[in-house]
Amino acid sequence: MRVLGLLLLLWAGLTPAQAETLITSLSNHRVLINSNYTGTQIAVFGAIERDAQTVARATGYDVVVTVRGPRQFLTVREKERLGPVWINQDQQKFPSVPAYISVMTSRPITEITSDQLRQRQKIGLEAIISANDFTYGRDGADKPFREALHRLKAQEGLYLEDERGVTFLTSDIFRAGIPLPATAPPGNYDVDVTLFADTVILARTNTHFELVKTGFEEQIGVVARDWSLLYGLATAAIAIFFGWLASVIFRRD
Amino acid sequence: MPVSVLLILGMGAAVGFISGLFGIGGGFLMTPLLIFLGIPPAVAVATQSAQIVASSTTSVLGALRRNALDHKLGAILVAGGFVGSALGVWFFAAARRAGQLDLVIVISYVTLFTIVGSLMLKESIREFWHRRKGGAVRLRRRAGEHAPYLGWPLRMRFYRSKLYVSVIPILGLSLFIGFAGALLGIGGGFIVVPALLYIFRVPTTVVVGTSQFQIVCTTLVALILHAITNQAVDMVLAILLIVGGVFGAQFGARMGRHLRAELFRFLLALLLLAVGLRFGLELVLKPEEPFSISVQEVRQ
Repeated sequence: MRVLGLLLLLWAGLTPAQAETLITSLSNHRVLINSNYTGTQIAVFGAIERDAQTVARATGYDVVVTVRGPRQFLTVREKERLGPVWINQDQQKFPSVPAYISVMTSRPITEITSDQLRQRQKIGLEAIISANDFTYGRDGADKPFREALHRLKAQEGLYLEDERGVTFLTSDIFRAGIPLPATAPPGNYDVDVTLFADTVILARTNTHFELVKTGFEEQIGVVARDWSLLYGLATAAIAIFFGWLASVIFRRD
Repeated sequence: MPVSVLLILGMGAAVGFISGLFGIGGGFLMTPLLIFLGIPPAVAVATQSAQIVASSTTSVLGALRRNALDHKLGAILVAGGFVGSALGVWFFAAARRAGQLDLVIVISYVTLFTIVGSLMLKESIREFWHRRKGGAVRLRRRAGEHAPYLGWPLRMRFYRSKLYVSVIPILGLSLFIGFAGALLGIGGGFIVVPALLYIFRVPTTVVVGTSQFQIVCTTLVALILHAITNQAVDMVLAILLIVGGVFGAQFGARMGRHLRAELFRFLLALLLLAVGLRFGLELVLKPEEPFSISVQEVRQ
């Protein structure tokens, strides 16, 4: 009996009383993107449920939605001057980084929570990119490469942060629109929703969706990757056909 | 790659026109244009080889009909070209892995185009000068005038070309052209034709057909190897380039008949020097964005 009581106490200590529960849902778990399309959007809906004992919080809630795309092995290179010419010299490898990251928040992220918590929990694009597991540390030499990756990915619309991306419809129901550009690669996307109040994390949920590319160009891309010999032969055949056609059409003798 | 379809078709037609005008493949112009347009050099080079295959198929078929082709010389050229092509594609992949492919392509273009361009310019100006003085310049075949390396061992007789030369320099030339072609996305006609004409003294009647025969074979191999090892061939882009180029070339060829030969070579030399210079600037000027990303691998 005493052992059971101790276990119960331990159980209670390990799982703090959850005052708020977060319920989230995606508008879609399978997103289809046409290759020559301009991109699409997926919506995240969420509701915050309070149990009977909890009183309404004076500060209100904040939500951060973080979406991470499939992982890629990237190399970032820097052109440096060597004599009269500019050539790639220093490089930094990023063995496993998301091809796509978007962070949608209900307020500017610096107002939501403290610096330390953001670094530790990787909340916000800055924190994700400067995290230790993002790439190898090289005593500060890695910093310009992290910044360059951020900048270049942001230009493509693949790394983005929107401090007005989450809107509260009522005080405890919210919605976020996640923009997916046409360049977003196919694969599994992780959606991480974190609920904050007064700079503290209250609850967290995690869901996924799959991005599937459709359309003619995408199918060609698949053939080029998986059936490269066939693809090469087909391109060669097309080229020879057009060459022959031209010699027939424009025959001069 | 979001590039306008009409722009590519238009460029294909314009380059095809110029290539028809000068009677050359046009790869040496198209590949740089694609690169300047922002298409990754790897894709530009690999895809352009498809266009070269198409345009040289047309010329070879024409040459076959006119019987303007030395099969034996062509076969020797193709043998060397295959080896060169394979080496070129291998080197291309290695440079790409090392992250220096763009540099290799740019430096090769600058070197090749500056050298060939200035040689051509010199030649055309000299020819122009001779003509003004009244003396007609004609290529004459005289005994004892051949370069010494033509008499190296493994001599072979080429009846159509009226040649009896060592195959070593021929293989060397075709090896180099195959290598450069695979690496740079050019057919190499603008090097092979003058080399066969001036160094080996191949008669003008068969020179174009034979060199086009070599180009179609080696570029075909390069195209397939590029598709397998580098997966950088873009079929849609290739079709656009081919369609634009085929039509442009026909109109160019019609225009070309009214152009004088030395003016021809003079303009072509200027064109080569301009492309070389443009690439040189790219190398020397400070880049707007010194950083670049390359995807090694996608993890699913």
